[in-house]
Amino acid sequence: MGTAPVGSLDVAVAPAVSVSGLVVRYGSLVAVDGVSFSAEAGEVLALLGPNGAGKTTTVETLEGYRRPAAGSVGVLGLDPIADRRRLTPRIGVMLQRGGVYPGIRPPEALRLFAAFYPDPLDPAELLDRVGLAAVAGSTWRSLSGGEQQRLSLALAIVGRPEVAFLDEPTAGVDPGGRQVVRRVVRELAEGGASVVLTTHELEEAERVADRVVIVDRGSVVAAGTPAELTGAGPGDEIRFGAPVGLDRQGLAAAMGASVDEVAPGEYRVATAPTPAAVAALTAWLADEDLALGDLRAGRQRLEDVFLRLTAADDRSSAP
Amino acid sequence: MRAAAVAAQTRVELALTLRRGESLLLTLGIPVGLLVFFSLVSVLPLPAGVSEPVDFLAPGILALAVMSTAMVSLAIATGFERQYGVLKRLGSTPLGRPALLAAKTLAVVVIEVLQVAVLVAVAVVLGWRPQGSPVLAAGAMVLATVGFAGLGLLMAGALRAEVTLAAANGLYLVLLLLGGMVFPLERLPATLEALAGLLPSAALTEALDASLSTNATLPASAVAVLAAWAVTAPALAAWRFRWE
Repeated sequence: MGTAPVGSLDVAVAPAVSVSGLVVRYGSLVAVDGVSFSAEAGEVLALLGPNGAGKTTTVETLEGYRRPAAGSVGVLGLDPIADRRRLTPRIGVMLQRGGVYPGIRPPEALRLFAAFYPDPLDPAELLDRVGLAAVAGSTWRSLSGGEQQRLSLALAIVGRPEVAFLDEPTAGVDPGGRQVVRRVVRELAEGGASVVLTTHELEEAERVADRVVIVDRGSVVAAGTPAELTGAGPGDEIRFGAPVGLDRQGLAAAMGASVDEVAPGEYRVATAPTPAAVAALTAWLADEDLALGDLRAGRQRLEDVFLRLTAADDRSSAP
Repeated sequence: MRAAAVAAQTRVELALTLRRGESLLLTLGIPVGLLVFFSLVSVLPLPAGVSEPVDFLAPGILALAVMSTAMVSLAIATGFERQYGVLKRLGSTPLGRPALLAAKTLAVVVIEVLQVAVLVAVAVVLGWRPQGSPVLAAGAMVLATVGFAGLGLLMAGALRAEVTLAAANGLYLVLLLLGGMVFPLERLPATLEALAGLLPSAALTEALDASLSTNATLPASAVAVLAAWAVTAPALAAWRFRWE
């Protein structure tokens, strides 16, 4: 993936979204520092990272709001700034916050945006699909945060976009609303659109994305499918919670593998989580009469990958 | 620029304006209130040769109405749209800036037509008998609208929304007092009167007064002042405008 196949065909098939060596500065602050990734049609790509990682700046460069200091971005093979007029009918945008008249009602906003596009979705159906039919008479300013997010999402897709950029679509959304957002995102991708969304929530990225690009401090620290990322840990391991300061040497001897206390009361055994190894662990804990807090074997959670990557970054940047 | 998009945007601009109580107070409540009060209560000085207060007041109040819509109301609405990210969001739709500007212009014109209809009706009830040339008066209003809108967008595009709110209201008061709208400019000290002559509010009042009199003329000096504002204010606004 990533590079466009330019073979014997006359027309190069550009990816729906491409970002190559992108650098964006605000004055002397480097917000994005050499980010590269691409997204294909029908794919949901999540930019995952903590606040201030450069996710919004990257997405806003793709939307044509920011100018790259170096590197390049392309959307549907076009330049977001130079080809703005050709691109706007084909993309949908959900800003991180705001973007809607405070005094407007959801059906009015949807009808307004529908009028901008050549072949829009039906505003009434869309209102129902994002679960806002019940608040059709309320103005934007009186909607809850989650309702505002869902209206913003609906406004982003009313024009049947080929590429949708969704900045923090689930931030401040309650669990019911999240399901709506996830379902709409999946339906968009199944319809052939490319979806680029940002989130600082690992679970959200893992649930909704086909591919995840983890960014931290303006750089990509890892990229892949959720399965690839969670399978790419440093060898197999068993993690468990137990009282602080247990006898690691004793356990290591019983397990035949090294034992680390990675955080107070959280341990990692460097061995494959075979049934025999797990049995040996629990037997040793039983002998020592220690309570087992939690036990996680095999597949890491994305959170583990994320914390390991950003922690490594902390160490490398320490004086 | 697609006509359907401009029409939809204009409808929303109008609906939101008419829904804002403070906007209606500014564009209709205050002009109607001033017209009625000072026509019925003779506390203000009148220029020489004018016997009925409403004959003096009507052209100035029409000028005030144009200023309140094209400058103050437009500035405040646009300033908050900018702060709330509405302008930014519209920027990534196919609407486009020329179409947005066209829609805002159309909305201002529609509101002004409403204001003129209401104010002329009220003034006629109060005894005003309009004469002269409505066409010349409308031309002066169009020219003034461009200048006032330029001033409004200059504030909205460069200042924070709260500052725009204060600045637009402050400027409104200054231009009202120095606009010959509620009392004749000849009552001002000479230097202040000379200064007022360079302001768009006084120029519009003078142009409306002259075009709606039996002579039906447009004074060249007033037209020159209005034209100068109509060129410089939008140019400054375009130069200083920030969409985010």
